[in-house]
Amino acid sequence: MKQLLTFIRKEFLHVFRDRKTLLMLFGLPIAQIVLFGFALSNEIKDSRIALVDYSKDAVTTRLIGKIEASHYFDIQHTLADAGQLNAAFKRGDIKMAVIFPANFGDDLIHTRKATLQVIADGSDPNQATTITNYLQSIVRDYNSELAQDSQQPLQIRPEVQMLYNPELRGAPNFVPGVMALVLMLVCTMMTSVAIVREKELGTMEILLVSPFKPIYIIISKLAPNLLISVVNLFIILFLSDIFLDLPVKGSIALLVFCSILFILTSLSIGLLLSINAKTQQAAMMGSLMGMMLPTMLLTGFLFPIENMPFILQALSNLVPSRWYFIIVKRVMLKGLGFSAVWRETLILAGMCILLFGISLRKFKIRLQ
Amino acid sequence: MKTLYFLLEKEFRQLLRNRQLMRTLLLAPLIQLILLPLAADYTVKDINIAVADNDHSPTSQRLIAKITSNGYFRLAGYTASYPQALRMVEQDKADLALQIPAHFERDLVRENSKQLYIAINAIEGTKANLGGAYLQSIISDFNDDVRIQWNVAGNESSRTSGNDIPQVTVTSSNWYNPLLKFPLYMVPAILVTLVTAMVAMQSAFNIVQEKESGTIEQINVTPIKKHIFIIGKMIPFLVLGIVLFTMGLLVGRILYGIVPVGSLWVLYASLIVYLLSMLGLGLLLATYSFTQMQAMSLSFFFINIFNMMSGVFTSVDSMPGWAQTIVAAFPPSHFIKIMRMVVLKGSGFSDILPKLGAMALIGLFLNTWAILNYRKTA
Repeated sequence: MKQLLTFIRKEFLHVFRDRKTLLMLFGLPIAQIVLFGFALSNEIKDSRIALVDYSKDAVTTRLIGKIEASHYFDIQHTLADAGQLNAAFKRGDIKMAVIFPANFGDDLIHTRKATLQVIADGSDPNQATTITNYLQSIVRDYNSELAQDSQQPLQIRPEVQMLYNPELRGAPNFVPGVMALVLMLVCTMMTSVAIVREKELGTMEILLVSPFKPIYIIISKLAPNLLISVVNLFIILFLSDIFLDLPVKGSIALLVFCSILFILTSLSIGLLLSINAKTQQAAMMGSLMGMMLPTMLLTGFLFPIENMPFILQALSNLVPSRWYFIIVKRVMLKGLGFSAVWRETLILAGMCILLFGISLRKFKIRLQ
Repeated sequence: MKTLYFLLEKEFRQLLRNRQLMRTLLLAPLIQLILLPLAADYTVKDINIAVADNDHSPTSQRLIAKITSNGYFRLAGYTASYPQALRMVEQDKADLALQIPAHFERDLVRENSKQLYIAINAIEGTKANLGGAYLQSIISDFNDDVRIQWNVAGNESSRTSGNDIPQVTVTSSNWYNPLLKFPLYMVPAILVTLVTAMVAMQSAFNIVQEKESGTIEQINVTPIKKHIFIIGKMIPFLVLGIVLFTMGLLVGRILYGIVPVGSLWVLYASLIVYLLSMLGLGLLLATYSFTQMQAMSLSFFFINIFNMMSGVFTSVDSMPGWAQTIVAAFPPSHFIKIMRMVVLKGSGFSDILPKLGAMALIGLFLNTWAILNYRKTA
């Protein structure tokens, strides 16, 4: 036991001596939570559009005024000629063009019908659909003004309530996602590199010939990373409460418990990676490159998992951060208790035990 | 020149000898490029809806049938009360809850108007927005159906007058990607993130590795000039980047049928400018790190921020102004835009020139800084 404590102390000294890495490890969650929390959102607004008005009458002026007033659009130019559109799209200056044909107002008054044309830059499908929808709803508004729609009989009025995130901010979705991402990647990387480093520098050999048990080596390697990650967790929770107005609505103890479980799972993945890697470079590449994008995409905070093809849905079940993301959303944002997350917690616990068991068995006590 | 040749020979041998590394460097990105674009799809379908129908009238039944037959919505539950429907949202069993209040049909006829209550789980913005919009448009369609059904007999005048109301209609079309296929948009960007992570950061590790194992001392005492050494370190990764990029384009072509509309020359010229600027960043990080651990945590910091902020997944235009200014300093944000422009829209050299110029400037800045800093520490 005393041996183990001495070793844990040694590992802590190693970690705390390296100020640069330490600074980065703590700076990373801070910078990312603040940056992502404020900057990222799935909302689409201020899209640059061009207007081509061949008619220039009272009706088009009125419609243009309505488009201008919406914060969804940022009117870039008023092009004189639709021939310039292709060039503007190619330069990426505009995302959509609205074309009012000649005699627009006259048509509306005399034939009771006028058609405006919308061309969206389909290279970004999500933006194209969304801004076309925005424009159509502006036109619908205008139409109901024309028709004085309020007199319509038999009106069904849907009253919509946005739960948990009434202002539709990006942060409530991104904070739990970033938490899962950062904790998972930092833990995996730090662990795998710490062990492979000993191999590469040859000090592992010395450790292995000592009477020190392999499990102690593993525990002492994991201890500092566990501590760092838990501190990071508290920094993230503190920042999101202070800056992003996202307090932990549920039980903090439950959230911390689940987080530690998740951190241990990630540490075990790092351990597993370190067993097969021969150089630090390979270990880093494995953990950074092999895991970063899959974790980002398969956690479910960027794209809904239910939409993915079956193979990817199946794969996402193997990604621990996916389950952790669900837990954080439920406990932190919705304020639910253990009864709502026991299944996810159990899955994480199972993964943790399985991964740790495998890496313990596979931990090589010989280098060659 | 001859020194450079020998250095390059050394670097390439070291790189190609490390099978494990080469496997990760080339295979991992390709597998990811094959699978991940499938995951990146915003198309919202199968929205789970929980319905609490307190009316149980033919009208409410027809409304529910209309919602669930539309293809977007799946009836997750038919509950007795609204709180129960809300509980389903809480437990993530449903994305939104709809309440049809008691006496819905009766009040609609008597009072000519009646509310419906919709609650949407708004944590995931896209789904909330689109789900809400779809549901409301279905309800408004339904509203028209109801009017026609009940008004046809009673109020003929309202139908004839319908033709008199002036109406603006919209015809919309989508250029460059008429079917709005998502992979077309995602594959070029994912390819950029993969190339970035693989190549640029690898150069940082590589130099620091020499530092850590002490071999850099041996090179420092030889008459090899610093810039030759740096060039010798950069060229292999430049080549690797180009190889990886080309493989990625082929994957995109074979699997997703993406053929760049624009000129390949423009694409590759931008790629080289981009790689040089990112290699400059790698070099800069290397000069600030003494161990691979430090290089790794530094580059992880940057890559993670690049990936999230450069507009791969979320739109840069929707960010607040200060964030857009920061993003403008990230080389990947420019290159991702260039890729999408050239590959999808066929933008030419003059179209991308401002972005290319910005990238070149950033690259020049990073490289100069790195070289100045390198001289001092070495």
